[in-house]
Amino acid sequence: MADLSIDLGFLKLRNPVLTASGTFGYGLEFTPFLDLSKLGGIVVKGLYYGPREGNPPPRLVETASGLINAIGLQGVGVEHFAADILPQLRRHDTAVIVNVCGASDDEYIKVIEFLNEQDGIAAYELNISCPNVKQNGACPAMNAKTTQAIVCEARKRSRRPLIAKLSPNVTNIAEIARAAEDGGADAVSLINTILALAVDLETRRPKLGNVLGGLSGPAIKPIALRMTYQAAQAVKIPVIGMGGIMTGEDALEYMMVGARAVQVGTANFINPDAAGRIAGEMDAWCDRHGIARASDIVGTLKTGR
Amino acid sequence: MKQDPNARIIGRQTWGDFHLFRIESKALAAKAAPGQFLMVRTAEGNDPLLRRPISLHDAGNDWLEIFFRVAGHGTAILAGKKEGETIDILGPLGKGYRLEGDWKGQEAWLIGGGRGIAPLFFLGHVLRGKGARVKVFYGGKTLAEIPIGKKFESAGFQLVCSTDDGSFGFKGFVTSLLEKELGAATPAGLFICGPDPMMEKAARLALDRGLPAQLSLEAIMGCGFGACWGCVKRIKKGDDGKWRKICEDGPVFAAEDIVWDGA
Repeated sequence: MADLSIDLGFLKLRNPVLTASGTFGYGLEFTPFLDLSKLGGIVVKGLYYGPREGNPPPRLVETASGLINAIGLQGVGVEHFAADILPQLRRHDTAVIVNVCGASDDEYIKVIEFLNEQDGIAAYELNISCPNVKQNGACPAMNAKTTQAIVCEARKRSRRPLIAKLSPNVTNIAEIARAAEDGGADAVSLINTILALAVDLETRRPKLGNVLGGLSGPAIKPIALRMTYQAAQAVKIPVIGMGGIMTGEDALEYMMVGARAVQVGTANFINPDAAGRIAGEMDAWCDRHGIARASDIVGTLKTGR
Repeated sequence: MKQDPNARIIGRQTWGDFHLFRIESKALAAKAAPGQFLMVRTAEGNDPLLRRPISLHDAGNDWLEIFFRVAGHGTAILAGKKEGETIDILGPLGKGYRLEGDWKGQEAWLIGGGRGIAPLFFLGHVLRGKGARVKVFYGGKTLAEIPIGKKFESAGFQLVCSTDDGSFGFKGFVTSLLEKELGAATPAGLFICGPDPMMEKAARLALDRGLPAQLSLEAIMGCGFGACWGCVKRIKKGDDGKWRKICEDGPVFAAEDIVWDGA
């Protein structure tokens, strides 16, 4: 048994495996399949202040080794979450990270201030990168200035550690990661989904009701790994990597390029116990390679000759 | 236990694009109810990536049956599985038909279009067990699209068929046949499954006559257990209709709760 524990500075995790927001519901959906205490933590589905309708269907389309979604952050809102879901999550021995959304800067703050008063939350993940809620996939994390501004504002109001979730739909991820760090983020997580389009040739229509969507799954892993690597090179705060992680080996690759922790996303849909299994596979790989601590892998990619 | 990664195919039949598998899985069969569905992994590896939602066709003590039509890459791979091979199944999932109340001597009409016939076999057996008189309407474009009519007949169900081209039974849509028969009878309940336009039409026929009807909806699903919010339809629940999850709130809904204009 290797030591899989990870210290993010602001949060100690049992192991590096978190679940990615939007792919794990509010956590309770998975308890028939998976003991949540086997995970480093869970990141629950993004929350606006009030309930949110989401996008018209079709909301999903499968592509080669990938999934494009345009759910549009349908959700229950923070009050329902705090009253009905959080008390149940508190009974599970796992770190609960809440993904915070906002249609405006004010709404992000309102959500954070409401959640500040609730027990049983380990950190906030600031969702500044969802491609499915504004025209053409626009989001604050597409721009360094707006990234820094919103992180800075959230930092002032948040009583909890703040993780900025970044978008891959940018020209220079290092610059955006630095902007989040400069704004006061305790960590960055990346990547959110890649802005994508699928077409039905026969009907000449987009396959998603929202036209555009976000691509996830194994298809995006090489891109996500590259961006995680670039972000980790650019900032001193911890980087949490995600994109197409299906196995423990995938997760360890992210750690090797500099991620201190990882998030498992689309895999949860296919096997609801995937995140737990992945943590087990990381352990087994470390044992096979005589590695006592998983944290020793972080940033050990050999790029020299 | 809701996942069986090694459920063995113990029997299979094929009619063109249509396939019927009997799958051994004591763990999953024990909890099965008509109207529920399975999420089936069609291949190992990452392509196809997602499981495919497939209706439960029938269930016994230690087996399940699925009846499906090849619709794309995933179901084509599934169709190639041989007897003795194992498949990875999650389920049974969703809420099945609501069958409370006294069905003794009551007429239950089951209306299936194409592969939509799938959940109605299991349902027919359960309704008959409750004393209902079950009549099955089975429609397809051609005779080749209604391959399991004989299975219903052998099981002793009253069966009427329709084909769009008149190659077998009533010539026309199954909803036209239904409309005709509703002129002379008042069943206690209708149970409808098929393509969306067929279900909308059948639902309207039932609603216009004040007959209770339950519809089994279909959707592209990411997970099948409520986590992805991908399979929504506008459904009323004491409100005027919100995007609700077919996998978790359904897949069976009352006709009056479905908002057809929504999607």
